[in-house]
Amino acid sequence: MTFIPKPKIVHPALPRNARGLVRRDYEGALSTLCAGCGHDSVTAAIVEACWRQSIEPQNLVKLSGIGCSSKTTAYFVSGAHGFNSVHGRMPSIATGANAANRQLTYIGVSGDGDTLSIGLGQFCHAIRRNLDMLYIIENNGVYGLTKGQFSASADIGTRAKKGETNFQPPIDPALLAMTLGASFVARSFSGDKQQLVPLIEAGLRHRGFALIDVLSPCVTFNDHEGSTKSYAYTREHYEPAVQADFVPPEREITAEYGAGEALAVAMHDGSRIVLRKLDAGYDPTDRAAAQARVQERLMSGEYLTGLLYVGTDGGVEGGRKEFHQVNGTPEEPLNSLPYEALSPGSGGLAKLLARYR
Amino acid sequence: MEATDTSHPDYFHRVVDCQWACPAHTDVPEYIRLIAQGRFTEAYLVNRHSNVFPGILGRVCDRPCEPACRRGRVEAKPVAICRLKRVAADNRDDVSGKLPPIPKVKNGKRIACIGAGCASLTVANDLMPLGYEVTIFEQYGEPGGLMRTNIPSFRLPQTVLEDEIRMIVDMGVDLRLGSRIESMKELLGAGGFDAVFVGSGAPKGKNLDLPGRAAADANVHIGIAWLESVAFGHIERIGGRVLIIGVGNTAMDCCRSSLRLGARQVKVMARKPRGFFKASEWELEDAEEESVEIVVNRSPKAFVIEGGRLAGMTFECMEYELDARGRITAERVTGEEFIPADDVILAIGQENAFPWIESDLGIELDKWHVPKVDPVTHQSTRPGVFFGGDAAFGPKNIIWAVEHGHQAAISIHKHCQGEPVTERLAPGVNLQSRKMGMHEWSYSNDYAPVERRLMPHVSLKERFKKLNIEVELGFSAEQTAQEVQRCLNCDVQTVFAAKLCIECDACLDICPVDCLTITANGPEAELRGRLKVPARNLAQPLYVSAALPQTARVMVKDEDLCVHCGLCAERCPTAAWDMQKSHVHWPHAEDEAEASEARKPKIA
Ligand SMILES: Cc1cc2nc3c(=O)[nH]c(=O)nc-3n(C[C@H](O)[C@H](O)[C@H](O)COP(=O)(O)OP(=O)(O)OC[C@H]3O[C@@H](n4cnc5c(N)ncnc54)[C@H](O)[C@@H]3O)c2cc1C
Ligand SMILES: Cc1ncc(C[n+]2csc(CCOP(=O)(O)OP(=O)(O)O)c2C)c(N)n1
Ligand code: SF4
Ligand code: SF4
Ligand code: SF4
Ligand SMILES: [Mg+2]
Repeated sequence: MTFIPKPKIVHPALPRNARGLVRRDYEGALSTLCAGCGHDSVTAAIVEACWRQSIEPQNLVKLSGIGCSSKTTAYFVSGAHGFNSVHGRMPSIATGANAANRQLTYIGVSGDGDTLSIGLGQFCHAIRRNLDMLYIIENNGVYGLTKGQFSASADIGTRAKKGETNFQPPIDPALLAMTLGASFVARSFSGDKQQLVPLIEAGLRHRGFALIDVLSPCVTFNDHEGSTKSYAYTREHYEPAVQADFVPPEREITAEYGAGEALAVAMHDGSRIVLRKLDAGYDPTDRAAAQARVQERLMSGEYLTGLLYVGTDGGVEGGRKEFHQVNGTPEEPLNSLPYEALSPGSGGLAKLLARYR
Repeated sequence: MEATDTSHPDYFHRVVDCQWACPAHTDVPEYIRLIAQGRFTEAYLVNRHSNVFPGILGRVCDRPCEPACRRGRVEAKPVAICRLKRVAADNRDDVSGKLPPIPKVKNGKRIACIGAGCASLTVANDLMPLGYEVTIFEQYGEPGGLMRTNIPSFRLPQTVLEDEIRMIVDMGVDLRLGSRIESMKELLGAGGFDAVFVGSGAPKGKNLDLPGRAAADANVHIGIAWLESVAFGHIERIGGRVLIIGVGNTAMDCCRSSLRLGARQVKVMARKPRGFFKASEWELEDAEEESVEIVVNRSPKAFVIEGGRLAGMTFECMEYELDARGRITAERVTGEEFIPADDVILAIGQENAFPWIESDLGIELDKWHVPKVDPVTHQSTRPGVFFGGDAAFGPKNIIWAVEHGHQAAISIHKHCQGEPVTERLAPGVNLQSRKMGMHEWSYSNDYAPVERRLMPHVSLKERFKKLNIEVELGFSAEQTAQEVQRCLNCDVQTVFAAKLCIECDACLDICPVDCLTITANGPEAELRGRLKVPARNLAQPLYVSAALPQTARVMVKDEDLCVHCGLCAERCPTAAWDMQKSHVHWPHAEDEAEASEARKPKIA
């Protein structure tokens, strides 16, 4: 939280994107989060990614639930559409919006509380449906907004600020998403924008459900010694496995990447994600192996980070369909369809009802 | 890069661009804040401490601070620093009770100053409060030097000049008007003085020896001598068509004075294109506003005489080739032009002249008649004889002459106390936090998106009626209220404590002008290219922290465009950044006196 709004002046040398906008044009309202909250850094990474992707603000939809993390959608791209749902219900809103207009880009921001406690069922089904959206969890191991109670991602043995210890096992959203068949699963850290920004770019372009679990320390209630989600602890137990770089269609993949060490995954729109393995034994395109490896590292207390799993078939896995393919949603937004196309009329209704007689 | 040593007083001083650029190190942001609070007298005194003549300088200073001002890089136009100085001077109360007290019992040391220009007056201003007896010898019947004789009263009213000179003379200076020093030998030989300060200026205007010069003499004038005659009322008229040769600041005063003495058509003749003019931009603007025509690429060739009298001048028409950086690489004469004129004023420069300094006194002059003067101590090759102002290194400006005066006063004090003149107190910087609460600072940290206010002028109809109508009216209260908010408070420094940083990125993300980066260290040139926005302005330093505790990366700040909004410090959860006001302490003679006093053995 700051007292004065961020002044509107910009560095005269700030670069412009394809739409002629500078990064600061993608900012939102003044953040009211605690100074030093990881969530603000994630916001800055989203701003950077949207700017790099030259997204048109009016084509972006920001969705969230309840929590400090869920407040952050107000802090980026003020020209975008937005919806703050009730606690844990963001996936339902995302489903409805997605069904009504598949031409927009959907980004959901949620917390570990919002997603893994009250919203766990919704989260699982959004993955099952393979909703076409980027879902970011700002994971801090606590309910920040309600003053720091353990959340479902708190590790066994982690200690709260006032001293009590957590004994219940954590739910790991990345592992969960892998088991549920998500086609893009990543983990990152609010303090590592070099890794995070390209992941957000790739996630925005991915067709189907993309999850990024971002370790995002709560500086007020969970940044003390004994916490396993503090800045210091995260930095010590953080193991980049795969660096994913987003390469837009117009750019060639060339010399930057030494032959053999990089793998390019083509996306549906011609862009590519170039994966560079930092952990030689890790294969981010093999779901079962990746899952086993992530779990194994988690059990020894390490967070594997980077693009943990991605389907290689246009970013999706062989044969698996995303939400729009399954439901045959129309290309055009519903609000642009003529009334006759939207409403079957009384004749059409009677026909439909007849099928259930 | 090595971690920046911010304990070196230059580091934070340099961040305050205006103060760093000011030869006398005037604490600009401090006085602007005082003006914002309506504390004009205090603002005046802050100025006076450094620059001695705020009322004068608030009108005619060369203002090197303004091109340096950071606001000019963040936006297009710098803060109107000079104009605000005038606001303080015009609105102050009587300060006579607030000047340093003058000891009744003198210290027994007598100082002679030659010339009553701003340099000598500053020496007197600094030494009188320390108990010295200062005598100033001035050839003319009025003190002030070129400020009196050459700067026209439509730019600098005489009352303002007199007021600020009187403040110094009233300290008890023995001012001897109409007393030209004809022989340095005599002055030194008489033995009445412990030190001599030469502040006699650079009084010789350059001549232009072209065909016809002698025959045209009655209507060809040397700029500075002509202005002097105008100032003393010896010249009251000039011909209808006037040519000014040269395009420096003297030329600007000559052309504008001509308009007030009857000239109808004034042309300033420049040898080179516009980018090469010596005159300040604002002086050019003011002259052009008065319909003075500036003719470029004309090189004077001859004075043309008709019927035994000046008829005009011929000029060679020049053409120049410029390289990509705007430097002249070749020149050509493409033709010739005659321009008729009734009078010609030569404004092509000034020189030093010391016909009254004998060659056997151990005061060495070089072949250009410029004395050999130490740039720090201002001492000549003869101990006890010091030079300052235009007399020392050739013509500069008032604010440089003032700083020379301060430095020479230190040397004179040391010389008189038997201390080595070269061992001087070093400048220092104090820092004090401006934090008042979680998100509150004791300065106005918000950025005011206000454009530079324009100086209102007396109408073109009115201003020529008399020679001494001051053209600039000064800022109104409303303009002042707006302009003060444009100052970025660059003296409220961002001070970083690396050991507290948890590398949360909050400061990087909030900085409106992307000054901050956390990254791996590297050599400067490479590091500059790797910042959030590459640091291309090499004139501005980088701050590089010690290795950060968690990752051993470094915090890098590009000082170039920081608007001192304090948001980095507000967002920092650990107070690793703090906003601290720097106070630059630039020693004067009084500080040396205090230090000499402290060094004396104490008898209990
Ligand atoms: C036309 C013109 C306009 C200018 N405008 C500006 C301006 O707008 N802003 C600015 O900052 N600067 C301006 N300057 C420059 C500025 O006036 C000088 O740099 C400054 O006055 C130098 O101060 P000084 O004390 O060294 O010498 P001066 O001001 O030259 O004073 C020297 C004094 O010594 C006296 N003197 C000389 N020889 C003797 C002797 N032998 N015995 C006794 N007395 C002697 C002279 O009569 C004179 O009074 C201008 C200069 C000129 C010529
Ligand atoms: C239905 C309902 N139940 C409970 C709450 C109280 N509540 C508000 S935020 C929150 C948890 C938020 O935790 P998380 O999603 O991790 O967000 P954080 O603040 O940690 O970023 C809870 C339980 C609520 N607002 N609504
Ligand atoms: S309580 Fe925690 S999660 Fe919420 S804003 Fe503060 S630091 Fe961030
Ligand atoms: S004060 Fe801090 S946040 Fe503001 S411009 Fe300077 S470095 Fe950036
Ligand atoms: S806000 Fe403070 S703790 Fe965070 S990175 Fe900046 S200096 Fe370090
Ligand atoms: Mg949380």
